[in-house]
Parts: sequence; structure tokens; C-alpha cells
Amino acid sequence: MSLASTNPKRPSGALRLPSALRGERGLLIALVLFVGALSILPLGRLAYAALFPKGDFDAGRIIDILGNRRILEATLNTIYISVAATLVATVVGTMAALLTTLSDMRARTLWIFGFVLPLMIPPQVTALAWIQAFSPASPVLGPLGLALAPGMRHPLYSMGGIIFLLGLYNAPLVFLSVRASLYRVPSSVVEAAQAQGARGFALTRDIILPLARGGIFAGAALAFVSSIGNFGIQAMLGIPARVSTLITLIYQRLNSYGPSALNDMALLALLLAVLTVIGMTITAWLGRRGDSRVDTTRRPARRSLGRWRLPVEGAAWLYLAICLALPLSALLCTALVRGVGQPLTLDTVTFENFANALFHHEGIREAFGTSMMLTLGTVAVLIPVAVALGYVLSWRPGWIAKALNIASELAYALPGIIIGVAMILFFLRPLPFIGTALYGTIWVIFAAYLSNFLALALRPILGGYAQIERSLDDAAQLAGAGIFARLRDVVLPSLAPSVMAAAILVFITAVNEIQTSVLLVSSRAQTIGPMIIFLEEAGSATLAAAVGCLMVALVLTLMILSLIFGKRLPEGVLPWRD
Amino acid sequence: MSDIRLDTLGKNFGSTRVLQDVSMSIEAGEFVAVLGPSGCGKTTLLRCLAGFERLTEGSIAIGGSTVSTPKRHTPPEDRGIGVVFQNYALWPHMTVAQNVSYGLKIAGIAKSDRDARVAKVLDTVELGPLANRRPADLSGGQRQRVALARCLAMESRVVLLDEPLANLDVHLRGTLEEEFARFHKRSGATMFYITHDQSEALALADRVAVMDKGRILQFAAPRQLYAEPANETVAGFIGEGTVTGVRNLCPMGGGRAQGELLGHIAPLRCAANQTALPRARITFHPGDLHMVPDQHGIEAHVIRATYRGAFLRTEVMAGPNADIPFTLNIPAPASLTQGQRISIALRDGWVLPEAA
Repeated sequence: MSLASTNPKRPSGALRLPSALRGERGLLIALVLFVGALSILPLGRLAYAALFPKGDFDAGRIIDILGNRRILEATLNTIYISVAATLVATVVGTMAALLTTLSDMRARTLWIFGFVLPLMIPPQVTALAWIQAFSPASPVLGPLGLALAPGMRHPLYSMGGIIFLLGLYNAPLVFLSVRASLYRVPSSVVEAAQAQGARGFALTRDIILPLARGGIFAGAALAFVSSIGNFGIQAMLGIPARVSTLITLIYQRLNSYGPSALNDMALLALLLAVLTVIGMTITAWLGRRGDSRVDTTRRPARRSLGRWRLPVEGAAWLYLAICLALPLSALLCTALVRGVGQPLTLDTVTFENFANALFHHEGIREAFGTSMMLTLGTVAVLIPVAVALGYVLSWRPGWIAKALNIASELAYALPGIIIGVAMILFFLRPLPFIGTALYGTIWVIFAAYLSNFLALALRPILGGYAQIERSLDDAAQLAGAGIFARLRDVVLPSLAPSVMAAAILVFITAVNEIQTSVLLVSSRAQTIGPMIIFLEEAGSATLAAAVGCLMVALVLTLMILSLIFGKRLPEGVLPWRD
Repeated sequence: MSDIRLDTLGKNFGSTRVLQDVSMSIEAGEFVAVLGPSGCGKTTLLRCLAGFERLTEGSIAIGGSTVSTPKRHTPPEDRGIGVVFQNYALWPHMTVAQNVSYGLKIAGIAKSDRDARVAKVLDTVELGPLANRRPADLSGGQRQRVALARCLAMESRVVLLDEPLANLDVHLRGTLEEEFARFHKRSGATMFYITHDQSEALALADRVAVMDKGRILQFAAPRQLYAEPANETVAGFIGEGTVTGVRNLCPMGGGRAQGELLGHIAPLRCAANQTALPRARITFHPGDLHMVPDQHGIEAHVIRATYRGAFLRTEVMAGPNADIPFTLNIPAPASLTQGQRISIALRDGWVLPEAA
């Protein structure tokens, strides 16, 4: 394994290869090496370390570890929290999708933007914002006289609080999935039901929801995967509340014991992976026979809410006010004062925290720089890889393509902390040929990002491929163009909007990334995502809030830019666009 | 040299057999159409020929050199063939001239030579003034000419056409059919034309291969396909052929024969080696049936008569149990009512060769 393997797919390099490796065969080999080195081998190494720590299988040890009271408790908590949060997310997300696709609600575009926005904000920032909103010294609820009395237990530092926040955080995932399947409900079947006299609630319950069932359960599966692997919220709320989950347990043990706990933590990570896969399988089974007929010609007409319009709109906007405006304004208020709990007045307002975050605090500045470098590097490598992989998946299907897709999807769906543990295990020992270990350097974080986000880059690009006629590529091949000339001259120009969307999605997600980085950061390599947790743990809540505000501002800017430049994108590529 | 030899081709997708025992021998400069219902494997055949699919069995030779066997596979770009795709596959981000010159550019031809050749080719297809337009700004017919110009520019000796008229309206089709005929004449290229529309195939091609379920049922000139189908499937597919049984078939030499259709002697054509048979299957077209004065022909009653302008398309039931359907064209003006009894006679029919 050499460093070059993280970056193997340069056309210029491929041209120098022997003829057997040139062209499409060379491309496929490069893709197999890339996905193999970054997804399959580390995950394999993790499973090996978990099950065969000293080279042989020891059932007694596994029972010992998994039977431990604290681990058992964390496992049960994990299951309970993810299932409950999935239920919350499914109910909220489905209702939002029904409202925005089927009703004549006004200002829908803006509402959808606001509803999907939380998904793009790093979860640790969301958690911090909610903590500030409900704290006894709440800068928003305080002046309204609604803040909790000092000394009362913070309501979010509890199992219920974690479920509540995870549910709200993941509701947009369900929303997107349900909305996509509602768009596919043929208008004729809805009209047929109306002709039979069904209306309003009955129509929704008997016709529309059953037809959208596939989308609802697909969304629920996404919400489950995202809940079980959400480190930001589980750590920010769960650690102070002493509600331990598998993910926080792995983090805490690795933090306190270091690499000596690796084999045991590998086992816990494997357990977490198994729970994730079981959850996904059960939801997929529940949503089986999901109707997937495609009728893009005509969508069901939006139905008038009649006299309910104003109350429903009011409730929808109140939801956004509570779930978005309340925590974010609290975060901003905290960032604008000198110390937590200080009331925000003209006298106390200060931009010191922002100035510190942006210019003076060396750690933050370096972390931000590192994050930017990693993120841009990730985008720069993953986009060409995803374009090439998308080509193979779309137009050269076969078992190799399928296996590559599953491996990249798995690396994306599994909680990031599992990838983190896998990367530590994989890169702990010195690399052959180079002689130094990557562990503790930014290269291991880079490898984790590449592994984790390949599927994320791939999805919009696959959507783009679906819109290109394959014969365009066939025609170019007949004209004599090799694979790289075709990708450059024919595929890329048609794919450009989807490539932009993929780049933005990967950028936002990677800049926000916390779970893998939190395990892999070291004194030499800090990223911005975990910074908020470290600042909050160190008692600099106002500085943490300022960093959080800046991250939200960055994400918001990118989302708005993408809306301005993304007019030609295929539908559904940018989740925040109606 | 642009003759094509297909030798016992077989192609599987997974466990599905898509092509089976396909053999064809196409002369240089010939215009061949492959006709079949959708899903019969004709597009797969074209993709095998173009080199987009590998063979499971058999071999393909173009111009005397073998390009495909299950083991050896010349990639499409090295076969020197042109393809006109169903949707023409014009690159939307390139102008007409860029579309035509792309292959020359890839081949490394100098820009001045390239431009001259493109200009000449565009003039040939009368697209010179539109050289800087994008495909989106062209009409269906103009797009087709760009696709043809691409083949002309590459001087392809073999041109494959994949249902190029399937998505167009009826008015345009006639014009574009002529365009293909002109292109064929001018370029002298071997043309291999895939279609599910028999009128297109019969009008354009020197020879037509009828395909069904991955097999070639008959490969012959249009006239022979229409008059002497090889089997019942071809007979039913071409020209609304009817297949029915006759008794006491008796060959009379010189390709003539006669047989009893529902008790009435009918003149028939047959293969030279046809033997006498107590029962045989024959095929004929609606135009071969005629109405005759009462009592002089097969008794039938009218099920439905549809006005078609020059004639009445008439569906009748005949036979002792009135359960054998025939269709015939009765010249207008005429009036028939449902249930009316008429007499009909068969003037011509083709004895289907016994299935081996």
C-alpha cells in the first residue's frame, strides 16, 4: 500500500500504463484498487480485529465483552434511541411531505428550504444551539419569561432530549424520500378515487399514503441509519446526561485507553454495524412491494386547504420558528456575549467571540485551515472517481460494478465512527515502503473522508447519468474516442450540473464532519467539526457558539449559491430545492 | 470490402437467450433490413455487430476480417462502422460541425483538413448553412442528416441504423426514408437497418431478415417475403397474411398447385419440390380473396365491414360451423351489412413448406 493508492486515477498516469491496463480495463482496475483500499480492506481489517484479535476466534471473550453490564446498557439505549427517533422523524417528515406536495400552502419554497436546512447544519452545532435555547440563562426564552429556573435539570440532557433532537434532525431525510415517492404517484389514481367520492383525510389515508409507502419506509431506513450513527447529538447531550450509547462509549473508551482498547472497540463497532444493517433490513422488509410506478407526466393536483389554510400554514411556520429560529437565535445570542448566561443587551453585545474564532484563536484557525484543505482535497479526488464509477455503474454493469457500489454505500451508511476505528486499525502500523505510520496525521482523516463520502458524491452523479442517453457515449466510442476522451468530451459537459451538486454536497458534509475526525484528530491534525465539542467541554461555550454560527453561515452561503447556479440541475439532486 | 458474415451467433444475457443461431451473409453495398417485434433481439444483434456487446457463440466478420468471436473482440472504434442511433445521439453541447468533425479530431487529422472535409460533407447533406447551430435548434429531419453526415465524414463502409424513424411522425417518415435511399446510393455503403415497421423494411431494403425470439425466420427479398413466406410466423407478420388449412393438395409442376379450401378448388403456388398431401397449410393476403356471384364460392357471412376509402375491409366467417375467419378487401362503392351472406373465392395462395 503506497500513498499513491489514495490518488490513483489520473488520466495522465493511466496513459503511461502498459497497454493491458489502458482504457476501460485500466479504469476498472483503478476503481477496484481505490474502493478496495479505502472501503473494503479497512472494514475487513475491523471485522478481523473484532473477531480474531490474537489470530484465533475466542467466543468466550466476545460473550464477556458484550455481556458486560455497561455495554449491554449502551446497546439497549442505542436501539431504543434510534428506533424512537426514527418514529419521530418518520411522522414529522411524512406530514411535511404531504403538506408541501399535496396542499396549496403558500411560500412553499422558502418553507422547504427552512425545513431541510437543519440537515445541512453539523449535528453538534444543532445540539449546542438547542442547549443554549433551553438553558436556564436562555437568551431567547429568558426575556420571554419562559426560561427554566436555575438549578433545574436541563430537559435536553436526557434520553427524551436525545430522541427529540435526533427525530427533528432526521425528519428532513424522511421528508425528501416521501416527497420523491409522492411525486411519482400517478395523478390518474388520485383522480379515480376522487371520482368515487374520496376526499381530504380519507383520500390521503386510503390512496396516497399506501402508494407512498415505499418512500416512507425508505426514508425511515435513512433516518434510522442517521440516528444510530449521529455522534454529534448523542455525544453533546448523552455524555453530560450519562445516557451512554455504543457510539459515545467507543469514543470515550478510545479517548481514555488509546489504542490498547482497539480490539475491544472494534468488536463494539462491529456490533454497531450489525445493528445498523439489521435496522436497515427490517425497514426495507416493512416497505417491500413498495409501489414504484413512474409517471412523471402529470402529478396529482395540489388540493385546496380551504378554511384550514391559515391555521395549517400558521402551524407549519410555528414549527419552523421552534425548530430552526429558536435554537439558531439562541446560538447567535450566546455567540454575541462575553460569558454564558449574560443577558444580551446593547451594553453586553460583543463581536469578540467572532473575532477570536476568525483571527485570534490559533487552534480554531488551524483546524479551519486543515478542514478546508481536507474538504477540498476530498472533493478534488472523489468527483473524478465518482464520475468514473458512475460511468461503470450506469453503462458497464456487472458484478464488479455492483460490488463496488455496495462497498461504497456500506462505507457511507455505516456510522462514521466505525470507519474511524477501521482506519485507526488499518493505518496504525507503519506502511510498507514508506516506513512511517499514517496514524495521527491528516492523511488518515483524508482516507476516512474518501471512504466515507464516495457514495454521497456518487448519488447525484448517477442521477445525472440517468439523464444522458447512453448512445451519446456509444457514438463517441464509434468515433474512436477512448474512455478518458469520452469522459472529458461527451460525459462531463452533460454531467456538469450534477457534478457541481455532488461537489457541494460532499463539501458541506465533509466540512461538517465530526464522527471520524473526532477519533482521528491529534495534536498534529485538528479539524473544525470536533472543535465545537472540545471548546464546549473546555468551558468556552461562547466561543463554541461563535464557531457554530460561522459554520451555519458557511453552509447557508453554499446552499444559496447552489440555488442560484443550479437552475439546470435534474430534479431532486439538491435536497433543499423545491 | 464491406461485406458482412454472421455465423451462428448466440448471445445470452445472464440465463436469458437473446440471440440464437443467427447466420446471415450480406454483400458489400447491400441494404439489409432486420424486421421484428420489440424484444425479438434485433437491437442486440445490431449492438453485437457494432461491437458494443460481446458474443456468447459464433463469429462476425466484416470485410473478410473476423471482428467478433466469444474470445476475440475488436472494440467498436476499430471496426470502421457508422451507427445512426434511434435518437441520433447528437452531442447536445457541440455544434453541427463539431458533431461531424469529432471523430476526425480524435483520429488526429489536422484542423484544416478536418474543416474542409466537414464543410464538404455538410454540403452533401445540405446542412452547410446550419454548421454552427446546436442539435437542439434542428428539426427531426435535420438531426437525421447530421447523424448521416457523421457516418459520411468517417467514410464508414458499413452503416448500422437502429430504428431511426421510430420516434417520428408519419409525414416526416416518408421524406426521411427517401433520404436513406439517397444516402445509400451516394455512399455505396453496406446498410444494416433495424426496424419493427414492415412498410419501412419492405420499401427500403434489398433484402429483409424477419426476426422473432432471437432467431432469423427468413432472410429474403421483400417480394419473396410477401409472396412466399417460409413459415406461419412470417406469413402472419408480413402484409396481414392469413394462414389456413387446405385438403388434397396436388402439385401441378412449375411451382403451381391446387387444393380444396372449404370444399372449393383454389389455385395455389408452391415450392418446386412440393409433394402431394392430404392436408397442408397455405397463406394468402386479403387482396387474394374476391367476392363472387352467389353459389359459386365459399359461403360466408359478414361480421364487420369497415370503410377504408378505396375499399371495404370486410371480416367474414366461413366454414360448416361458421368459425373460420377471413379478411378481404371489397372495392368501393359497395355496401354490406352485418350478417349478410356472401360467396367468396381464393384466387391465389402460397403453400407453406412443411416444417422440417
